[in-house]
Amino acid sequence: MEKIATRDAYGKALVRLGEINKDIVVLDADLSKSTKTIDFKKVFPERFFNMGIAEQNLLGTAAGLAASGKIPFVSTFAVFATGRAFEQVRNSIAYTRLNVKIAATHAGLTVGEDGASHQALADIALMRALPNMVVVVPADAVETEKAVFAAAGMEGPVYIRMGRSGVPVLFAGDYDFKIGRAAMLKEGCDVTVIACGIMVAEALLAAQRLNEQKISVRVLNMSTIKPIDEEAVLKAARETGAVVTAEEHTIIGGLGSAVAEILAEKHPALLERVGIKDTFGESGKPQELLDKYGLTAADIESAVKRVLKRKV
Amino acid sequence: MTTIDWQKLTRIAGQIRRNIITMLAESASGHPGGSLSAVEILTYLYFQEMRVKTNEPRWSDRDRFVLSKGHAAPLLYAVLAEKGFFAREELLTFRKINSRLQGHPDMKKVPGVDMSTGSLGQGFSASVGMAIAGKIDKKNYRVYALLGDGEVEEGQVWEAAMAAAHYKLDNLTAFLDYNRLQIDGCIDEVISPEPLDEKFCSFGWNVLCIDGHDFRQIAKAVEEAKAFRGKPTMIVARTVKGKGVSFMENEVGWHGAAPNREQAAQALAELAERE
Repeated sequence: MEKIATRDAYGKALVRLGEINKDIVVLDADLSKSTKTIDFKKVFPERFFNMGIAEQNLLGTAAGLAASGKIPFVSTFAVFATGRAFEQVRNSIAYTRLNVKIAATHAGLTVGEDGASHQALADIALMRALPNMVVVVPADAVETEKAVFAAAGMEGPVYIRMGRSGVPVLFAGDYDFKIGRAAMLKEGCDVTVIACGIMVAEALLAAQRLNEQKISVRVLNMSTIKPIDEEAVLKAARETGAVVTAEEHTIIGGLGSAVAEILAEKHPALLERVGIKDTFGESGKPQELLDKYGLTAADIESAVKRVLKRKV
Repeated sequence: MTTIDWQKLTRIAGQIRRNIITMLAESASGHPGGSLSAVEILTYLYFQEMRVKTNEPRWSDRDRFVLSKGHAAPLLYAVLAEKGFFAREELLTFRKINSRLQGHPDMKKVPGVDMSTGSLGQGFSASVGMAIAGKIDKKNYRVYALLGDGEVEEGQVWEAAMAAAHYKLDNLTAFLDYNRLQIDGCIDEVISPEPLDEKFCSFGWNVLCIDGHDFRQIAKAVEEAKAFRGKPTMIVARTVKGKGVSFMENEVGWHGAAPNREQAAQALAELAERE
């Protein structure tokens, strides 16, 4: 299967977006070659602003641009966008509900060799906790492009989480993406795997293997973590009775928590969460890290079997 | 320069000081010291310099003002009310439940507020963004920001200062309310940000030093800033914290404490006497 990093898709999408919308401006913090905003810079240098290694001002300046009618896409590594500049995002962007799109790359463990200091594992939790913030985690290149356009097409702050490493292209060009709506990628009746980002491809792989073992798995791509598609979660709980979540993020505060909150309050169902178990990462090759920290199709497969064992 | 009615400005400044005291006494909380220190600066900007439309607060060609030291919200509200963005009576709702007049300015609630502020350093960055937008759109509006001298202890201020100089934002003019006091004491004792003028100079700004209570000096500095090409201008304005109220002047305790009824009455009497 063809693999494209979501950050590569982002760079290309920005250029297309910039062509049709003159209000788009792009800001980066000395990482344009990594975040791929350099693609935009090459075509629209007059609308690209490198703010240097100064993330607090990066986000704050974006707020001022948005307050003046621009649609800023702000990019840096996820750990800096949501961590270093958290309070700028909170007070200058979320509180003001300004039209800033925080398009962060290098999220999760698959940053790889750079290690724990650069691996954003709590960014979804941080952004999800902010009122007015929309949180989108695209699963592949196609969904990334659609998310970028959808974010530009709506008013208000959006956090788009992207990765460094190549991920399989799962969707065709006519894939129907909508912010706030989960996509059912595979029908199933025994259990539902709700995944986001790079874990969607792993979930599909796990579902295929489980299917061979006569276990029928529904797979939901929950690319919008906030506002989450509550109806899809409840439908899954009602119809399959057991849920497994999968995310390249700490199990505290991310997709797994969001699903758990809905289930606990509205339709208690068995749940297993695949994700980082309250720990920091380390240096290594992306695949080595995913193996070591339990973020593979095999880990989803085990979680499904565990949850089914609890189903009496 | 057009003829300026200095007496009118002085009269408005007096009214604004009285409004600040009245609203703080009513809310029984808020920040008088740093509101009173910048009265002349804001009075000059809103009543002499800035192009704004009270009936169209979001007019796209307006001059912008960002109160980066957002705790001086009483000052900004008093000025906006006096200017006519909303009724003066509304000032009495300051800091009360269901009021538009939050403890720190909220752009989504208050007509005339160009940026929500309160967390120090952040407004300055927003003013940089507004100035960049003006350059992109080739608009001739100007962006003004007011910073506190304690505020510049925030690292973000220097990130923003660097960016403003790098992008040659000569449409941006910032005032530094140099009253030399912050919550825990004198800025030199807490953590000295001095020498302020040299620091901004070395960060690539055009720096002017003035008496921040002298309208003529403010006017001259604003005109110089407008004429200066290729650099943003920082106007370091020497001020007196608590200016105009004898027992508040240069008293660190009046940073974030509201006057009680008795103190407010005395303050109002003093302010009336000055006119």
